[in-house]
Amino acid sequence: MLRLSQADYDALRAHGEETYPHECCGVLLGKGGVDGNHVHQIVRAGNTRTDRAHDRYNIAPEELIRVQRQARGLGLDIVGFYHSHPDHPAQWSKTDFEEAHWVGCSYIITMIDKGKATVTNSFLLTGTSEEDKKFLDEQVEVLAGEVGSAKENVQA
Amino acid sequence: MKIHIPTPLRQYTGGQQTVTVGGASIGEALQGLTTNYPELRNHLYTGEGKLRSFVNIYLNDDDIRYLPEKDATKTGDSDELTIIPSIAGGSEIC
Repeated sequence: MLRLSQADYDALRAHGEETYPHECCGVLLGKGGVDGNHVHQIVRAGNTRTDRAHDRYNIAPEELIRVQRQARGLGLDIVGFYHSHPDHPAQWSKTDFEEAHWVGCSYIITMIDKGKATVTNSFLLTGTSEEDKKFLDEQVEVLAGEVGSAKENVQA
Repeated sequence: MKIHIPTPLRQYTGGQQTVTVGGASIGEALQGLTTNYPELRNHLYTGEGKLRSFVNIYLNDDDIRYLPEKDATKTGDSDELTIIPSIAGGSEIC
């Protein structure tokens, strides 16, 4: 199960609406446990796939490193990522699967239908290697009473 | 020098997010890493010993693939290596 605050849930969906018709992307910071990943903060990231941002996303490694440093400073870990599917279902694609390498992390996908966020789903990447990895449907629990802390990533 | 380990690979470093290894170059440091934590090798390198295409390793703020001396780049105790798998995807089916 993936847990995140209502504010963070709303923020990542709003991000997808803002970047429509392009895909948005970001990082989930939090803590992992036996009962799943718990998001404490989301961090917006830039989509470097400007050549075809309507159906692809990529987060620059340099930006990921900055986010990972930020997480360390907060005593948090990278526990997942989010991105949007403009006018496509909130289901992982073959591309999403092939490009997924963070085993144990949650991959949130939000469908943006004609500019409006509709379905948001999460998938947990499991397995022990590239050869046996797979996505599992993951229940999302939105914690209404928890304060979110969505932040723009600050360029170093 | 310190090597920062990403979340999915910490299960192979006893849960440590940062490990310290010896070595006077990037190559020696990475050799030390996979000697101390042998289960990491298959996750970082192909069967032919090449760095997997989706694994990025940075020396401080520089991608080691683009350093002039690559693995042979000299390092000091204050340098840091960061391992960061790529993150990408998209809605279109390949």
